[in-house]
Amino acid sequence: MRGLVSLFAFLGESACCAVSALVRPREFRFGDAALAFQRAAFDGLPVTIGVGFLLGVILAFQSAAALQTFGVEVYVADLLAIALFRELGPIITAIILAGRTGSAFAAEIGTMKVDEELDALTTMGLPPVRFLVLPRVTAAAFAMPILTVFAEIAGLVGGALVLETMRVPPAAYWQHVTASSDAPMILFGLAKGLGFGLLVGLIGCAAGMQTRATADGVGHAATSAVVGSIVAIAVADGLLAVLCNIWGA
Amino acid sequence: MEKGEPIIRLEHVDAGYPGAVILHDVSFAVARGEIFILLGGSGCGKSTVMKHMTGLNPILAGRLTVAGREWSVQTRAELCRQIGVMYQSGALFGSMTCLENVRLPLDEFSDLSKAARRARALELLRDVELEDAADKMPSEISGGMRKRVAIARAMALDPSVVFLDEPSAGLDPITSAALDDLILRLRAEKGMTFVVVTHELPSVFKIGDRAAMFDRARHGLVALGAPQALRDTSEDPFVRKFFSRGEYHGQ
Repeated sequence: MRGLVSLFAFLGESACCAVSALVRPREFRFGDAALAFQRAAFDGLPVTIGVGFLLGVILAFQSAAALQTFGVEVYVADLLAIALFRELGPIITAIILAGRTGSAFAAEIGTMKVDEELDALTTMGLPPVRFLVLPRVTAAAFAMPILTVFAEIAGLVGGALVLETMRVPPAAYWQHVTASSDAPMILFGLAKGLGFGLLVGLIGCAAGMQTRATADGVGHAATSAVVGSIVAIAVADGLLAVLCNIWGA
Repeated sequence: MEKGEPIIRLEHVDAGYPGAVILHDVSFAVARGEIFILLGGSGCGKSTVMKHMTGLNPILAGRLTVAGREWSVQTRAELCRQIGVMYQSGALFGSMTCLENVRLPLDEFSDLSKAARRARALELLRDVELEDAADKMPSEISGGMRKRVAIARAMALDPSVVFLDEPSAGLDPITSAALDDLILRLRAEKGMTFVVVTHELPSVFKIGDRAAMFDRARHGLVALGAPQALRDTSEDPFVRKFFSRGEYHGQ
């Protein structure tokens, strides 16, 4: 119960700091946000592209095996495009972000808490949420759509390579990809990615802020950041799926 | 405010955390310009008292005033101009150089130009004899140097009181003595008030004008006065044992 109260207090303070930074942009620490963005987005690109590519390869192999029976393996392209743009692209990227960046946020802030750096900030009149959380959450939110685009493209390329081994011409493959995807679908996936990035950033920072000053405190914070983020992503995606179904989107 | 006037006053304060009172009915005042020691064994609550005095945690009962004004009615911005804190580990920000660490409070709260802020930060580093370390990262300097940078940062906004949490912890005797000399010099040159949390007796006798001594077993303040006087004249068994470095379990 106490954890829930402090979580809501943290979310409230984060929201207030975000509004305050929008009103007075000078308060926002652009340098820290840029550094966090570089670590979250650019440093995370290789693993995101690698996992996205393998996901495309695996999905293509598994679905092609079934569709080959009917001689329509070219429809693997449609399946991949819809799955990657709507669901798997944002989800797999968010899980990678949670493992890389969310845990790093929790460990960084947790170590700072153990070293009394958060107390130092507070006594200097600098709210830790404004100083540490806001730049990181912003970085995670804006890194997600970029990483998602790369994961999706890598997945589609992986699928194309698999289908080429099954003698599906690349032109036909890409024609099916473009035919089965449209701008609203792609934008919806990217917006979802932005939301997941916010979740990962907030949960990672919250775990760091709640770190206990014990031997395993920082490790525990990093673990709960990853687990909490993955659960939150799954729940948020499930809710979105239900809402989309209700609205017929 | 004149030298010798109380700058921080605790009246019948209960210290601790909600649901866990560590010290009952604590009353003392810190005079402007003195070096005041919060003294006691590990876990006796001296750091908790410091957290109340620096505004990190609200007191559980009683009255705490800073510069004559109730602590609870002061904003964080008001408080942070009156107090500076050096934490046990130094608590420097690892992603910033020593100069940037010292400049941080100036960047956030002063109206000085960028060049003036840098000059002021360098002057503060010079005060703690670390001008050469300005461009080094905290990880590149020793523990004692980190504490001196943290003292420089604590003094950045010219606070009325500087709190030092266990300045000698983790330092060898020579470095610890040098830090004591630095505290005495800063007090002499700048007339600063220091509140020092420690249980290092050599430091206590060297720098302390007065000390408040806490006992965990009795959950309270057990002695208040000049360290030498407490050592030589106190009849309290805990105080006598503490100064003779003996074991005491509150029996």
